[in-house]
Amino acid sequence: MADALLALREIRKEFPGVVALDKVDFNLHAGEVHAVMGENGAGKSTLIKVITGVYPRDAGSMELDGKSLHPRSTLEAEAAGISTVYQEVNLVGTLSVAENILLGRQPRKFGIIRWDETRRLAEKALARLGLELDLSRQLDSCSMAIQQMVAIARALDINARVLILDEPTSSLDEQETAALFKVMRQLRDEGLAILFVTHFLDQVHEISDRITVLRNGALVGEYKTVELTRMQLIGKMLGREPEALQDKSTGSKWAAETRDEILRGEGIGRKGSVHPLDLSVRRGEVVGLGGLLGSGRTETARLLFGIDAPDSGRVQIDGQAKSLNHPRKAIANGLAFCSEDRKGEGIIPNLSLRENLILAMQASRGPVRLLPSAEQEQLCAHYIDALNIKTPNAATPICNLSGGNQQKVLLARWLAMQPRLIILDEPARGIDVGAKAEIEKLVRSLREKGMAVVFISSELEEVVHTCDRVAVMRDRRKVGELSGEEITEQRIMDLMAHHE
Amino acid sequence: MRRFIPVFATFAVLIALFATASGMYERFFTARVIANLFSDNAFLGITAIGMTFVILSGGIDLSVGAVLAFTMTFIASMITDHSWHPLVAIPTALIIGTVFGGTMGFLIQRYELPPFLVTLAGMFFARGMAFMVSSESISIEHDFYTALQDLKIVVGPKAKLKIGAVIFLAVLALAIFVAHWTPFGRNIYAIGGNESSARLMGLPVASTKMLIYALNGFCSALAGAVATLYMGSGNPAMGVGLELDAIAAVVIGGTLLTGGVGFVAGTLGGVLIFGTIQSALIFDGRLNSWWLRIAISVLLLIFILLQRQLSRFTKTSRT
Repeated sequence: MADALLALREIRKEFPGVVALDKVDFNLHAGEVHAVMGENGAGKSTLIKVITGVYPRDAGSMELDGKSLHPRSTLEAEAAGISTVYQEVNLVGTLSVAENILLGRQPRKFGIIRWDETRRLAEKALARLGLELDLSRQLDSCSMAIQQMVAIARALDINARVLILDEPTSSLDEQETAALFKVMRQLRDEGLAILFVTHFLDQVHEISDRITVLRNGALVGEYKTVELTRMQLIGKMLGREPEALQDKSTGSKWAAETRDEILRGEGIGRKGSVHPLDLSVRRGEVVGLGGLLGSGRTETARLLFGIDAPDSGRVQIDGQAKSLNHPRKAIANGLAFCSEDRKGEGIIPNLSLRENLILAMQASRGPVRLLPSAEQEQLCAHYIDALNIKTPNAATPICNLSGGNQQKVLLARWLAMQPRLIILDEPARGIDVGAKAEIEKLVRSLREKGMAVVFISSELEEVVHTCDRVAVMRDRRKVGELSGEEITEQRIMDLMAHHE
Repeated sequence: MRRFIPVFATFAVLIALFATASGMYERFFTARVIANLFSDNAFLGITAIGMTFVILSGGIDLSVGAVLAFTMTFIASMITDHSWHPLVAIPTALIIGTVFGGTMGFLIQRYELPPFLVTLAGMFFARGMAFMVSSESISIEHDFYTALQDLKIVVGPKAKLKIGAVIFLAVLALAIFVAHWTPFGRNIYAIGGNESSARLMGLPVASTKMLIYALNGFCSALAGAVATLYMGSGNPAMGVGLELDAIAAVVIGGTLLTGGVGFVAGTLGGVLIFGTIQSALIFDGRLNSWWLRIAISVLLLIFILLQRQLSRFTKTSRT
């Protein structure tokens, strides 16, 4: 094989108390999509930050096209030809599409910006990706997928030879992801070297040519994608056989006839949000809400929990009509809701694990009666143990935990309320395989205890594994319901795709 | 184009106000009244333009009124008490204002201090310094100064633009140019829109922020110089609350207080709305002049509600 365009040798990076990378080699060739895989904490982000100059490396060498490289900032890395597009698009949403592509590099004459030329260059940069956009449109009003493309167009326009895509697909739906992949393939064929980081295993096999696996800051190995099955890949990432993932749903021990209906919605809907739909959830049952991103899953959950008040239909709890027009009422009726937006609607980053965990409990006690500290400690100790939360102690600020562990704390926050029905909106988004499996296991154990669960996920596999019944949504409508043996990836996809 | 809606709204309100006043009062709709709108509101206009840049960048500057007062007192004192030539006194005052603003910008940027508090300190300092220069109003006696004050451009029957109005319009034109056709101007929008992105995109965030406050300091000092030309004196108690009027004019002009969105031209609309209401009250003669404040409060509320609705609309209409 030809020499790598970007070659890293024995990279070492230490943080106080932790070796984040230890003797890691990485080769990126021109004209390939190279996935870097690993659980959270494996060293993926550190590796990227070393390449892009955010962190200086402690030891090892890095060569771009045979020349030694020591970037001290993202700017220097960019100047050398290494551009990065981050998961949260780092552009200015209040400015136009064209301006975002050329900001800081606008063509000028005597220091005066030439707008016609700016637009022409922006058009050219987008055309390279096969895109035609309204250039004067405010970036904020474009979808995440378009924003992502604009970010790539900007990165390429800075004469990038290496493009790093850090979890670019985590906020895209399937069509948008497909469009992104098309662009990635095209760029690869043009000879660009693409480093791709994702948590979605199926995407790795779809798009990448080679895979480098990291675990605990060390290199596990570099593989050709075609030679590595998904199960092997998971095994390499976890460093063990992933039996947890193969563990199929066995059905609830609660026989259908003994299950009381906890929540029943008839014709609940809200204009501009979700078309009226029926939904019932029984004791000891996991009901999935399937569908693409934006199909109305989250919106339905928000109606059930009273975050948005429904403007049609009726809700019954234990057979009694209730009006759940505020989360407080939903909580009082034994409901709990774990948001998909972990950072925005879930954790309070600077507070400790303990404070985050007791938040819902404390809120239900009112502002005056503080939860006794012995009780707080006991709760934390219980859930850290029960959910296997990895943390030095309960006083650690939650922002220092990994995504999977933050998610577990959020779960614990609601479990501490001992709800009878819990809504989990994308509980496994953006967390690593191991934590995913644990959360699936946890959902099943909650069901065994008789709790009702509404489970929202974009990953079909997860839905099939976990759910007893699945309501499938498309275009803000419920288009069907599957139960028991009917629940297969194929059946769900059929419902998502067709009118029947 | 949704981002132009607030500016259109500003000018729609301005035209509606002006039309109403023209209907109610004889001889309101004349070139003279319009020309005077610019002359009478020149110093508010100049500070509001400087403030527009600060707010666009996501910052705030509370020191402008105090800097104006200091500049006025400084110029008056230097000319009258110390026999400086106006052509020395005015540039010196402008330099002091610019350095003062730049220093605040440096503190804000270098130590990541909140602009609200840094400029609050700046406000107290400048106000105090104004009273150190003179505790009373000083009238300016200088032939050259009187000649400057008398400069005017005739724009219609009995209508003339005084030197202040001319400076205001020149600053306005320059500000629009800077905001839209220079990298510095665009960087201000980018910083106000998303500062961490701006940094990652490699824009010179630190120097731009410092320059913005320096520029605003310059505008405040220039407004002070214009105010001395308008009033013929320097008064250390002038401009109390001017910073708030300027902020109101900027917001009524359609600029988002959180930064990143807005137009310098909108601020002109905001300033002229102030001026029109004031002129109408003077024409009426019966109404209490404090109605100006009440009218502004209502407009301010309407505009922030409008902005809120627009930004909601933008976020929900993603396609």
